Amino acid sequence: MEAAHGFMELSQQVIGFIYPNEIEIHWSILIVVYPYITGLVAGAFILASLVKVFNVKELQPTYRLALLTALAFLLIAPLPLQLHLGRPERSYEMFMTPNPASAMAMFGFVYLWYLMLVLLLEIWFEYRRDMIVWSKESTGVRKWALKILSLFSTDVSEKAVAFDKKTVKVITIIGIPSAFLLHGYVGFIFGSIKANPWWSSVMMPVVFLFSAIVSGIAIVMLLYMIIIPMRGGKIDMKCLDRVASFLFYAVIVDFSIEALDFIHRLYESEESIKILSQLVSTKLFMSLVILQILLGMLLPLAVMVAIKIFKLQDDLRKLLYFVCALLIQLGIFSTRWNVVIGGQLFSKSFRGLTTYKMELMGIEGLLVALVLLIAPFVILAVLIKLLPPWKKEELAGS
Amino acid sequence: MDRRDFLKNCCLLVTSAAVAGRLPADAWAKTIYKDYNPAKHLYGMGIDISKCIGCGRCMQGCKTENNVPADPYYFRTWVERYVIKTDKSVTVKTISTTVDDPAEVFVEKDILRSFFVPKLCNQCDHPPCVQVCPVGATYKTVDGVTLMDEKRCIGCRYCIQACPYGVRYLHPVTRVADKCTFCYHRLVRGLLPVCVEVCPKQARLFGDMKSFASPLGRFTRMNKIHVLKPSLNTDPKVYYANLDGEVN
Repeated sequence: MEAAHGFMELSQQVIGFIYPNEIEIHWSILIVVYPYITGLVAGAFILASLVKVFNVKELQPTYRLALLTALAFLLIAPLPLQLHLGRPERSYEMFMTPNPASAMAMFGFVYLWYLMLVLLLEIWFEYRRDMIVWSKESTGVRKWALKILSLFSTDVSEKAVAFDKKTVKVITIIGIPSAFLLHGYVGFIFGSIKANPWWSSVMMPVVFLFSAIVSGIAIVMLLYMIIIPMRGGKIDMKCLDRVASFLFYAVIVDFSIEALDFIHRLYESEESIKILSQLVSTKLFMSLVILQILLGMLLPLAVMVAIKIFKLQDDLRKLLYFVCALLIQLGIFSTRWNVVIGGQLFSKSFRGLTTYKMELMGIEGLLVALVLLIAPFVILAVLIKLLPPWKKEELAGS
Repeated sequence: MDRRDFLKNCCLLVTSAAVAGRLPADAWAKTIYKDYNPAKHLYGMGIDISKCIGCGRCMQGCKTENNVPADPYYFRTWVERYVIKTDKSVTVKTISTTVDDPAEVFVEKDILRSFFVPKLCNQCDHPPCVQVCPVGATYKTVDGVTLMDEKRCIGCRYCIQACPYGVRYLHPVTRVADKCTFCYHRLVRGLLPVCVEVCPKQARLFGDMKSFASPLGRFTRMNKIHVLKPSLNTDPKVYYANLDGEVN
């Protein structure tokens, strides 16, 4: 009855005509959080792979941090999906009787592949030697935790370490297409829905992928700038400049692809163009035009161009990079919002718009979404405590 | 479950699977439907727009028959009223079955065309909802009806997003997706869907497309037929006669 009362209120805000069953927005804020989080995972991993596969030496200080960030977010990634299900207790059916024709059915498999065979393996091989050394140096719980995490391996010979390094490289090479798969696949879930012209686009997986790379690089950059001073280290400006320049190129590619998609839609001007224009100019004006495009993309781009042209002092540059990375996070979160929520705000009759009224306390409400967004940082803090990404001399020397 | 029960269940499972594998193909159907053989039917519905008077009996009948929540936000079938004015503007509204939501009144000389359009699941031959369901909870039967297994549905609502016609909703009590089944529980007993049975104007016709003499066979021979959103290649089995181009 409560829901019905809520719909009654909502029905007052419907513009034009919607099919009667369309009053309820089915994919809520949690489904906005889901692609945002998986995007961060994929993006952070791509940044890490720049070090190992493409040998970008300057980025080394961010390598381990990027891996741990990816893991922290990946561990939370299935939660928003699980919580939003009508019957969460049946989610195991996805593994028991997956429908091979369904893009969504593949989620569990893609996720497990990425978690187990890419991220965990890579982190394990990367940290194996250090875990053995650290466990010898520590006492109590930490000693045992590290022993268990290293799976009680003890071999720190040169040969073994060389094998670790080689394996990490191989896993990263497999990891890049896997990261593309993880997030491109999320884009496909939306892009393959022919009933919804806002989603149905072959560009969707590509847009998702590049916005993922943008958000992943930006989050590692933010974390690097926050955590290093907190641990008493000095930010390596060479590294930061290099991360920023990768971020800059990623934003340009992302912006170009999204602009292409936009222009293409406008030029083709299909049946849905009227309602989509109305959607963008009313319901999505704030989140799309202001937050996503102006603040989340064009402003950081302009600032980064300015940084490149004028040789600014280190401190000012740091400040500007920080602001840029924050704005980009805001922008990419808005991108996810505009795709997920935006795609449900117009009727499939193309004759009207509805409204999304976010709950505050409910299971699909704002509070749960915030908890899910904060949880990865808590996990990351634990991971960093257990598996420090930087050695003491690295912190001091850089 | 102790070990004994577990082993017993395992044995049972293996034997029943072995038996099932040896049964003839339609034996399964026989155990479920008794004398009804789904392979002999292919169902569809015909709707004559010019006959519908927008009384809403189909909506009410459907809600009663199928335990659809009474609130006006959950429908397996509904009727839309189209009013196209002389200035070409189009006003659409789902008709209400209650008195507290009276229909908008138009000045007659301003109206170019006006008509009612009953809507329901189109029972697509290529149903996007079946394609996207991650667990196979929604499926197409041999006799051409798309059904829901409400015991398997996980409530992810991907099917609701994928349906171009907006005919699916999340049932507020069972928390799984729900939709029109052509009253399948009635079909297997040789009865008509409720909406067809209660329509006072015979605006809705039901029949077997495998039978030349069925009311639907005659309907599709005697009328120019159109389906909703044909460009999406879903191949609906709900056929409209006298459908206006404005309807989508």
